[in-house]
Amino acid sequence: MTLTRSATAIATLMALGATPVAAQTEIQFWHAMGGALGEKVEEIATGFNESQDDFKVVPTYKGNYTENMTAAIAAFRAGEQPHIVQVFEVGTATMMAAEGAVKPVHALMENADIDWNADAYLPAVRSYYSTPEGKLLSLPFNSSTPVLWYNADLLEQAGIDEVPSTWDEMFAAGEALQETGHDCAFSFGWQSWVMIENYLAWHDAPIGTKENGFARLDTELVIDESESLTDLLQRIADSTEDGTFKYGGRRGDSLPLFTSGECAMWMNSSAYYASIKDQAEFEFGQSMLPLNTDAADAPQNSIIGGATLWVLDGHDDGDYQGVAEFFDYMSQPEVQADWHQSTGYVPITTAAYELSQEQGFYEEEPGTDTAIKQLSLNEPTANSSGLRFGNFVQIRDIINEELEDLWAGNQSAAEALENAADRGNDLLREFEDSNS
Amino acid sequence: MRTKKVTFRHRWLPYLLVAPQIAITLVFFIWPASQALYQSVLRQDAFGLKTEFVGLANFAKLFNDPLYLESFVTTVVYSAMVAGLSMGVALVLAVMADRVVRQATTYRTLLIWPYAVAPAVAGVLWWFLFNPTIGIAAYALDAVGYDWNHYQDGGDAMTLIVIAAAWRQVSYNFLFFLAGLQAIPRSLTEAAAIDGAGPVKRFWTIQLPLLSPTAFFLVVVNVVYAFFETFGIVHATTSGGPGNDTVILVYKVWRDAFEGLNLGSSAAQSVVLMVIVIALTAIQFRYLENRVEY
Repeated sequence: MTLTRSATAIATLMALGATPVAAQTEIQFWHAMGGALGEKVEEIATGFNESQDDFKVVPTYKGNYTENMTAAIAAFRAGEQPHIVQVFEVGTATMMAAEGAVKPVHALMENADIDWNADAYLPAVRSYYSTPEGKLLSLPFNSSTPVLWYNADLLEQAGIDEVPSTWDEMFAAGEALQETGHDCAFSFGWQSWVMIENYLAWHDAPIGTKENGFARLDTELVIDESESLTDLLQRIADSTEDGTFKYGGRRGDSLPLFTSGECAMWMNSSAYYASIKDQAEFEFGQSMLPLNTDAADAPQNSIIGGATLWVLDGHDDGDYQGVAEFFDYMSQPEVQADWHQSTGYVPITTAAYELSQEQGFYEEEPGTDTAIKQLSLNEPTANSSGLRFGNFVQIRDIINEELEDLWAGNQSAAEALENAADRGNDLLREFEDSNS
Repeated sequence: MRTKKVTFRHRWLPYLLVAPQIAITLVFFIWPASQALYQSVLRQDAFGLKTEFVGLANFAKLFNDPLYLESFVTTVVYSAMVAGLSMGVALVLAVMADRVVRQATTYRTLLIWPYAVAPAVAGVLWWFLFNPTIGIAAYALDAVGYDWNHYQDGGDAMTLIVIAAAWRQVSYNFLFFLAGLQAIPRSLTEAAAIDGAGPVKRFWTIQLPLLSPTAFFLVVVNVVYAFFETFGIVHATTSGGPGNDTVILVYKVWRDAFEGLNLGSSAAQSVVLMVIVIALTAIQFRYLENRVEY
C-alpha cells in the first residue's frame, strides 16, 4: 500500500534524523459486513487498536462478499492488496489455489511471535477451512448454519404441539395448516446451501467425490446420486401445487414470506436472527433442520456458511506480526462471545461458547444455541466437513437456475439434479485446467 | 459542392484542438477494447498468477454453449420489447402533451422526471412494487386473480425488467418526440384539418411520417440502451433468474467476470458484444436510413 510505504519512508527519515520514533504500522482489512455488522467490525478493530501501540487496523467496507473478494483480487493484480480480506466460504477453493498470493494462517501464526493453538476453534468450523492434513488456511470469523425458523403462533393455531423434526412431520404440519385455511407451510432461502449441501451433510451423504473436493482438484459433483434427495425435492416441487411450499427467490429474498406470516416455517441461516427479531410480529423460534427418515436414522452434523479472513502476501514481514496479533485478539473469548450474541453467528471457539453459557445468554434467548448444537452434533465425517469446489460461486448459480426450473414445473427433480451436476462438473474441469 | 477549406495560421493548432478528443477515445475506448481482445485469447486464474494462451478456445466454448445462444434470444426479445414499449408509450404521451394548451410545462416536467432515476434504483423501485409478498402491484394483480411470482415464473420476471427498463426510457423518448412534433410546421396540420382530416388521420399521414427521423434515431438509442445500460436493472431485480430466463448478454459478461472470475470467457463475450454493436449500428444506418425522410 502506498500509505504504508510512505509511512515507512517517513519513519526511516525520522530514524535517520537520530530521533527514534515508534511509527504505527497500518494493517488494511477489507470486509463485507454492512450496516450493524459493519459497526461491530469497527468496534473490534478499535478495541484492538486501543489494546496496543505498534499496529493500527484499518477496516474498510468493500460491498457484499462477491464484490469484496473481486476488489481484493483486482487489487492484488495491481499490487495494491490489503493485508486481510474477508472471503465467503465458497471462495475457499479459489483462494487456496492461489499459491503465492495468500499466506496460510497456520504459517502466519507459527512465524509470528505469539502463543496460538488451532484446537481452540470448533471442529466443524475448523475443518471447513483446513487442508486435508488439518492445517488452518484462513481465520474463521463469521460462521452460521441453516436452521428451521418457525412461527409459533401459526403452529399453535393449527394444533401442532411439537416443531417438526422430520420431513414427514413437515408435510403433516402442512396438511394441518391447510385444514385451518393456511396455505404456505414452509419456504427456504440459499437453496443450494440449505437444501442440497446441508441436506447431504446432515444425512452423511457425499456432495462430490474426493472427500467433497477436499482431497483433490479432480472432484466431481454427485448431488444427483442421492435418491432420498431426488425424492424429497420432487415431493417439495409437487407441493407447490396446493401452496404447501412457496418459492421466494434466491439468497435471503424469501425472508418476507416468513416475517409477514405467509409461510409458517422457513429454513435459512441462523444469522437471520437479528432481522427476524426486528421484523416479526409473532412468537418465533429456531429448531434443528428436519431429518429425512428414508435416508438416515439420526442427523450427522450441518455445515457452515459465512466467511473467514484470508491473509494476502506481498507486504513487509513486520506487518504480519500485527496481523497475527489482531487475529489473536479477535479469537479472545470475550470478543467472540460478544460478536456471537449480538449477530446470531456461531461462536467460533469453544471458549466463547462456554463463556456465553456462563453468562446465561441461552436461557435469556432460548434457541440461539441451535446452530452450534447442529454443528457440533457429531465429529464431522468426510461427507460433513464442508466442501471445496472451484468456481463454486457459479455452480451455486447453476443450482439456483436448475431448481427454479424444477419449482416452476418445467422439469423433474431427477432432471434438475442431473443437469446441475453436469453443468457444475464442466466448471470444475475448467477450474482444474486453469489451476494445474 | 465545393469542400470548404479552413486554414489555420499555425500548423499544429488543429492537432492540438482534436487532441483531447483523441486522448479520450484512446483512454476510454481503444485501450480497454484492446485489453478485452487480448484477454479473450488467454486463460488465466483469478489472481493472474498463471496465464496461458488458448487461441480462440474461449470463443469456441461460448458458441458451443446452448445457454449462451439462449441468452442471445433473450437479449433480442428483451431489447425489442423495451424499445417498443418505451417508444410507444412516449409517442402517445408526446402527442397528447403536444395538444395540451394549459399547464403544458407542468405536464412535460412531470413526464421527464423518471429519467433522473438511475437504472439500479429504478430496478429496486419496481422490485418493491412487484414483490410477490409485500408489493402493492402484486397485491393488486392478486385481487384480479393473477398470482404474480417473478421468482418462479420466467414470463413475470421478463415483464418486470422490461417495465423497469422502459419506464425510465419513456421520459427520454418523450422529450425527443415532443421536440419532433413541435418542429412540424403548424400550417401543414392546419391545412389538412381544413381539408377535413381528423386528428387520427392527421397523425398517421402527416405527423408520423415527419417524425420518422426522430423515431429512427430513437430506435438506435433505445436498442443500445437495452443492450448495454440495463445491467443494473437485471442485477437489482432478478439476478438473471428464474432459471436463465432474464440473463441478457451484458449481465452474463458481468457475472462471468465478477462473480465467476472467469476473465477469458468474459472478455470473449465483450468482444462478441462489441462486434454486435458495430454491426447493428452499421446495418441500421446503411439500410434504414434510406427509408427515412429527413
